[in-house]
Amino acid sequence: MVSHVVADEKTLLLSKKAGCNSHGQDSSYFLGWQEYEKNPFDPVSNPSGIIQMGLAENQLSFDMVETWLEKNPDALGLRREGGASVFRELALFQDYHGLPVFKNALARFMSEQRGHKVAFDPSNIVLTAGATSANEALMFCLADHGDAFLIPTPYYPGFDRDLKWRTGAEIVPVHCTSANGFRVTRAALDDAYRRAQKRRLRVKGVLITNPSNPLGTTAPRADLETVVEFVAAKGIHLVSDEIYSGTAFGEPGFVSVLEVVAEREGAAAASDVSDRVHIVYSLSKDLGLPGFRVGAIYSSNAAVVSAATKMSSFGLISSQTQYLLAALLGDKDFTRSYVAENKRRIKERHDQLVDGLREVGIGCLESNAGLFCWVDMSHLMRSRSFAGEMELWKKVVFEVGLNISPGSSCHCREPGWFRVCFANMSAKTLDVAMQRLRSFVESTASAVPARSISCPIAIKWALRLAPSSADRKAER
Amino acid sequence: MGGKLLLAAFAGSPPLSQVATSAAHGEDSPYFAGWKAYDENPYDAVANPDGVIQMGLAENQTSFELLEGYLREHPEAAGWGAGAGSFRDNALFQDYHGLKSFRKAMASFMKKIRGGKASFDPDRIVLTAGATAANELLTFILANPGDALLIPTPYYPGFDRDLRWRTRVNIVPVHCDSANGFQVTVSALQAAYDEAAAAGMRVRGVLITNPSNPLGTTVKRTVLEDILDFVVRKNIHLISDEIYSGSVFATPDLVSVAELVESRARHGEKDIANRVHIVYSLSKDLGLPGFRVGVVYSYNDAVVTTARRMSSFTLVSSQTQKTLAAILSDEEFADVYIRTNRERLRERHDHIVAGLARAGVPCLRSNAGLFVWMDMRRLLGDGEATVASELKLWDKMLREVKLNISPGSSCHCSEPGWFRVCFANMSLATLDLALARISRFMDRWNKATTQHEQQ
Repeated sequence: MVSHVVADEKTLLLSKKAGCNSHGQDSSYFLGWQEYEKNPFDPVSNPSGIIQMGLAENQLSFDMVETWLEKNPDALGLRREGGASVFRELALFQDYHGLPVFKNALARFMSEQRGHKVAFDPSNIVLTAGATSANEALMFCLADHGDAFLIPTPYYPGFDRDLKWRTGAEIVPVHCTSANGFRVTRAALDDAYRRAQKRRLRVKGVLITNPSNPLGTTAPRADLETVVEFVAAKGIHLVSDEIYSGTAFGEPGFVSVLEVVAEREGAAAASDVSDRVHIVYSLSKDLGLPGFRVGAIYSSNAAVVSAATKMSSFGLISSQTQYLLAALLGDKDFTRSYVAENKRRIKERHDQLVDGLREVGIGCLESNAGLFCWVDMSHLMRSRSFAGEMELWKKVVFEVGLNISPGSSCHCREPGWFRVCFANMSAKTLDVAMQRLRSFVESTASAVPARSISCPIAIKWALRLAPSSADRKAER
Repeated sequence: MGGKLLLAAFAGSPPLSQVATSAAHGEDSPYFAGWKAYDENPYDAVANPDGVIQMGLAENQTSFELLEGYLREHPEAAGWGAGAGSFRDNALFQDYHGLKSFRKAMASFMKKIRGGKASFDPDRIVLTAGATAANELLTFILANPGDALLIPTPYYPGFDRDLRWRTRVNIVPVHCDSANGFQVTVSALQAAYDEAAAAGMRVRGVLITNPSNPLGTTVKRTVLEDILDFVVRKNIHLISDEIYSGSVFATPDLVSVAELVESRARHGEKDIANRVHIVYSLSKDLGLPGFRVGVVYSYNDAVVTTARRMSSFTLVSSQTQKTLAAILSDEEFADVYIRTNRERLRERHDHIVAGLARAGVPCLRSNAGLFVWMDMRRLLGDGEATVASELKLWDKMLREVKLNISPGSSCHCSEPGWFRVCFANMSLATLDLALARISRFMDRWNKATTQHEQQ
């Protein structure tokens, strides 16, 4: 990158932000992506290519949206029911308060996802171009340059860029371990807070993702209460990224932090935390529409809503898209059947992955949400270390041909965990992935360890000696 | 328990950031106050004929039906067609490189607007959700907090927020005045540079808007060359916001900085390209501010790469990219649109200039944009060439004449008495009504002045 330490007048300088690494693009998360791009799997044209299992996309339910689009051509054609064109209005509509009909539909949809246990006031919604934009905007509103947010690990690698790059904010990890299923504890929060103080960082809030990425678990109600108690005690904010709220397919079901806040209000009127809890949402995961850039901030804090609304000028949602989605989300019959069927399909695919992994002796964290599993491959590492994890990851990407995300890129403290996505491919492709994994596991078991330690090339030979996945298919 | 309750009772909300609580969002300026007044009492030909006419909004409403007509004739442009997977691919497409077909269409459109005098490489186009985002993004990339950008006055009021708010970069004005038609001079640039240095600010670049908002004029070739020479001498950047490039309706033709970069490169000048960055948008030329389509175009590879990554915070909806790719890659349509749009803007411009002249109000001679730069200096009165008296006049225009126009002071103009008046965001009938109101106002003013002189 461009050096910014210069006495040389000839060099044309860019800012420190342009030159720094906080955009996170040099992490393994992105490197694996790059490898995939060079050699992407295609069942017909490139069956030995890399299968993308590092992208948390939901490709399972497009057909339902496509059917809806066919039945509702007016929304696409920018016409009202009855045929009158709304093109002109929409073309001019750049009001950062957002299209009212869309915000109303979104508020209702968000409430539906929470079993109507929480009511969303459309005027507390701030629309942004994706959750990426929402999270950054909240940081700009809540943290000054150099302030810190506490985030439970493992967490979404993109946060390192989204929350820190242009804001100058810091992330202090809250260490979670497999000892208790990576759940957040008060002790871990306090420990993180102390570490922040030692670094002379002012802690401005906690950010949780619920359901969790990369764990795929919904936060237990008790854990949410713990976090809320913590932020109340410290006088700080809480951001709950609920981008995966529509993917919760199993018990115990999704509980939003807003439910916990509402219950608290009922119990002890003096302890009002509603002005410090802010939700982030998006349609990228639940509806599988990341390209449309639809994100939202929800807050009961008028000052936050006001500042974030103005900031949304830097990332507004296309009015053309707002109009389409207002119609889509406003169709209650559609949303009801979509949400139910989408969850069913996610569960099915999740089960396929979990079963496939179990068959080859690989376990996952038990999960009930998300588009991925948190997989324990520590027993396949040659050494129980992050170096061992990286080595294993490279093998899996380059030799097995699966782009999965190493836990270290999610700041996990325990080596050997990997996030494996399952909703961005067909069932057949997932099957291929499982077969490749089977080959790999079996050949690893049969490889001669002594030779392989001194000579990495020998490992490749050992793997090649095992039948290829194509041969395996014939056997089945 | 009691202690806890007491604490809770006194505990306020946890604080917000300095950025959130600062006034640098700029919404306390008259520019926005006028909008509010309009919102509270908006003109409507039928329902509210005495309401405030909005002349403070630089929108282009003259050429809608061309786009609407295109979509009617080509409904597949707004949809995804019957091809299986086409919706799906588009809905999934969040690649910050942007849709290739759209970038190609945009590059071609930008070239057409410049009469083919400059070419654009689609791979240097970075898409952002509007020029607002593009300008902020470039500022984040080119300047650190506390640094300065030099901007010729008068300038678009939104820059105070867009370039400074979250970036914490400063703007140092380059003062221009009517003595030479508000053109930028080298001495003005140098004076601003010195002012920044004296204040301990490091100057990172110059930002010009060409064609100018609020002047409505294209920047002269010689002035552009001077600015380019200046940024080379000072080893700084040049951002050229060319959002109004498609609205040049009279000579002289637009000279884009892109043209100069290409010609200097042909003459072997290597030092220029790396420092030039262009901002564009479809909000003005196509009248589509709601669709949020902006562009950062840079000749500097590191800037393009960084801008692309940063655009993650402000991507253009893939649905919109697809629709506009279809429209803009239709060469014939694009040619007709550009030509027709220019004609309509010229007609509208000429109409308002003539109407104002009849009312005794001159304007700066202009050849572009969606507004005129109106000269009401003589209405301020002798010895009253102050911002305060300009704002008094502005307030009168708003409350008595019921026209929301933008006072020059909100554009940081150093000469009081100038106003930006938009003409492309209303029907001709509404424009005529506005002109009639101004005319009556001028009659009243003339009478009052004459009476005063007679006393």
